[in-house]
Amino acid sequence: MVNAAYVGRALPPTPPYRVSREKIREFALAVGEGAPVCSDVDAARAGGHADLVAPPTFAVTFTMPAMEALLRDPELGWDYSRMVHGDQSFTAHRPIHAGDELVTVLHVDELRTRAGSHFLTLRCEVADTAGEPVLTTTALLVTQAAS
Amino acid sequence: MSELASSPFNTAASANAGDERSEEHACDVAKGDELPPLAVRVTRADLVRYAGASGDFNPIHWSDRVATSVGLPGVIAHGMLTMALAGRLVTEWIGDPAAVRAFGTRFTRPVVVPDDDEGALVELTGTVTDVVEDDTGARTARVSIKASCGGTTVLGRTTAEVRLPG
Repeated sequence: MVNAAYVGRALPPTPPYRVSREKIREFALAVGEGAPVCSDVDAARAGGHADLVAPPTFAVTFTMPAMEALLRDPELGWDYSRMVHGDQSFTAHRPIHAGDELVTVLHVDELRTRAGSHFLTLRCEVADTAGEPVLTTTALLVTQAAS
Repeated sequence: MSELASSPFNTAASANAGDERSEEHACDVAKGDELPPLAVRVTRADLVRYAGASGDFNPIHWSDRVATSVGLPGVIAHGMLTMALAGRLVTEWIGDPAAVRAFGTRFTRPVVVPDDDEGALVELTGTVTDVVEDDTGARTARVSIKASCGGTTVLGRTTAEVRLPG
């Protein structure tokens, strides 16, 4: 049984995640993103960026672990083994660059139950260490009813 | 282009791969424009690499035993990897990933990746559905993306908002 008391809660902020050039390059290679601003610092600076630019879905590298920690928390009562990813969105307030230190606050926005399946909406508000907003992500996670 | 040449993916049938990035032409973007299509072959090796890079080690993305035990036909690609490939359709068109201001999708069907050298071919197309200008004169294109594998749609309601240069 999923614990509905979590709905409306915000979890404590994560420790700052430092975005490294190497992680951006590794992620870009893994998804085949070939934009020079993701791998070549000179190209990024020539493009007006302070440092390497993260690909559009890069934030999963630090938001998914925050979500996973909640989803595996026995207090939530979520069946992680039966989970599928329903949808995902990213809204950038500014680009993510190498050197950024980012703090994520996870919000449990909604829980719906229909025909034995649970639909959980989680939102990550990502900010820099000065508190300036960087990114908002939302994920709909589904545990399907046992067949 | 070295970045693409060193990519683990075999990018097939991409009309805009390599150094054809068309940032300077984005001023001409108009509603109804088609993005250059992209087709990407995804193999088990690509899934292993994405697992490491993303930190998503769910065994349904590398173990047939676990995948079939939860009712899947076999190992499937990470939905977030398929979404990232859809992102490439946009970034290879616009040139700079920082131009992507919003990006969202539903995961409608899994991409099953067989344990062979061919893997699965993910085919991506996109259309500019709107171009809007804000008070400052900055223009944003809204793009609708279709993703399919073996003729089956694998993503739904995939949209991106892209800041246009100039």
